[in-house]
Amino acid sequence: MILVDTLAQGLLLGGLYALFAAGLSLVFGIMRLVNLAHGDLIILGAYLILTISTVTGLHPFLAVLLAAPLMFGLGWLLQTHILNRVLGTDILPPLLVTFGLSVVIQNGLLAGFTADSQKLTAGPIEAASVNLGVVTLGVMPVLTFASAVAVVFALNQLFYRTALGRAFRATSDDAVTAQLMGIRPQSIFAIATGLALVVATIAALFLGTRANFDPSIGPARLLYAFEAVIIGGLGSLWGTLAGGIVIGMAQALGASVNPEWQILSGHIAFVLVLLIRPRGLFPRAND
Amino acid sequence: MTLTRPFGLAAAALALALLYALPAIAPRAVVQDLFGILTLLVLAMNWNMLAGFAGLVSVGQQAFVGIGAYAMFAAIILMGLDPLVGVLIGGLAAAAFAVPMAFFAFRLNGAYFAIGTWVVADIARLGISQWKALGGGTGTSLPKGTAKDMAFVGQIKDMLDVSSAAAADALTYWLMLSLAVAMLVASYVFLRSRMGLGLQAIRDNENAARSVGVDPVKLKALVFLLAAFGTGLCGALAFIQITRVTPDAAFSVIDWTAFVIFITVIGGIGTLPGPIVGVIVFYILQRALADYGTIYLIVLGCLGIVVMLFARRGLWDMFTDRTGIDLMPLTHRPPQGSLPRPKPSRRAA
Repeated sequence: MILVDTLAQGLLLGGLYALFAAGLSLVFGIMRLVNLAHGDLIILGAYLILTISTVTGLHPFLAVLLAAPLMFGLGWLLQTHILNRVLGTDILPPLLVTFGLSVVIQNGLLAGFTADSQKLTAGPIEAASVNLGVVTLGVMPVLTFASAVAVVFALNQLFYRTALGRAFRATSDDAVTAQLMGIRPQSIFAIATGLALVVATIAALFLGTRANFDPSIGPARLLYAFEAVIIGGLGSLWGTLAGGIVIGMAQALGASVNPEWQILSGHIAFVLVLLIRPRGLFPRAND
Repeated sequence: MTLTRPFGLAAAALALALLYALPAIAPRAVVQDLFGILTLLVLAMNWNMLAGFAGLVSVGQQAFVGIGAYAMFAAIILMGLDPLVGVLIGGLAAAAFAVPMAFFAFRLNGAYFAIGTWVVADIARLGISQWKALGGGTGTSLPKGTAKDMAFVGQIKDMLDVSSAAAADALTYWLMLSLAVAMLVASYVFLRSRMGLGLQAIRDNENAARSVGVDPVKLKALVFLLAAFGTGLCGALAFIQITRVTPDAAFSVIDWTAFVIFITVIGGIGTLPGPIVGVIVFYILQRALADYGTIYLIVLGCLGIVVMLFARRGLWDMFTDRTGIDLMPLTHRPPQGSLPRPKPSRRAA
């Protein structure tokens, strides 16, 4: 009974991690870019939502609609002006540039918003819960999980049903040949990073309403997100969701034994999966 | 070039002699300051060997610093050994930890390797937090007077005519300086050797290197182990001076890996003098911007990005390109004999 409850909470937590990871998985899958600033970009998104809802008085759920286009623009600019210049066969330059970005964003937020923790207030919905007989689930975690499924579903539709998605897949498989077919990888990459930041904004909404945040917590979220992406396998968005759920459930199980073991058990699950399957559970593309 | 190189080497030797004489001529605060800088230098040299020469971009070096520090504390507090023995045990413990870590991380490529090492370092941090004998999550301090009772401190105290605390600082400073010099010399000898040539060949083209009989996994594993040993020694030595250890401080990804990466990148990754140049720039920035707090980190981050965008091989490489002076050349000139045998060079990609 308690076990079922723990697993259900873990499943829902996995939804949040999948949201953190979906944007990362998108850029990683398409351009093999390891964005070490992704965690900090999520936190930046959370502060953007906070600022918009404070200034305009909008509910965070509506403020996110204003924040998303801004974050898309930021992603687009970031990719065209900085990241496109360092992409190549050597993984070190993009790794180091995004690492630099991470430090800049983190300390920029620290300078602008101080180290005080903040929270997005969503009103009575935060405390609401639904009783399913066997378990009682919070409405917000359920909503988070549903959003994760919706985001992954929408991205998959985009990937496999649209011309843009075809261009994404073609560039992912072979950027040079895609170029021969009239696709400009640079602008495809810019759109992909923009989209990734839109997903990051959605993740930021649920992160900010679920718990307190401050400028320093980005890297830890990044680590969970990467674990989810790698467990899921390169280029598979459903795999990323599965990876998020694996981490979420492992953390919930660990925490139910000893609260200090929550993060440790997530990491150990990651190591175990990779020991058995070094390329993750459902790899689509070759790395 | 024939004239400038001996001149450069003489200048370097003079600087080194000055650095060794420093505890006798400079105030204690300067010695402590330089100790911190040398710590970062040794870490940067180790990371440079991994990322710049072996192609192993590790974001988990804080694991070795932390394990080195904790093993040293355990040797002193739980076994009652001399701190200097503790430092050695710290290095060995870090190298021992590197073995299972390598078995896991070497299954992963490129970016996966970076994240994998980071996760393993976090596992080490969380695992050490469970070690109740050394304070668990809140950490512990060295017993009072540990540093003053270290071997050789008495002699140094008499020789320099200073307090025990200053003598302990001088000793740890000399050890760290010697570690830095040893790292530099060892790296140079290693990279000029047959194995080092193989290592650079792997970095430039793994398939080609394999085809001439170089075993990439063996060489990379060797570098990984040695770098873990060096990083562990450095971490243990650094924490003798800090005297207090907590899991968060000993396994800090910012202090022990992020700064180190920036130093190496700015100075010149994949060159031996790069970390030295980087650490000097880092020190100047730190002094100039110390009063501005977070601005300093923002500037450091931006500088790292700019170097990656416009001068990918860092400041030292820019300098050698402009002037032709290379104090520690790793390139091999073709032999002048009647039978020219091609050898792989640094840029044979």
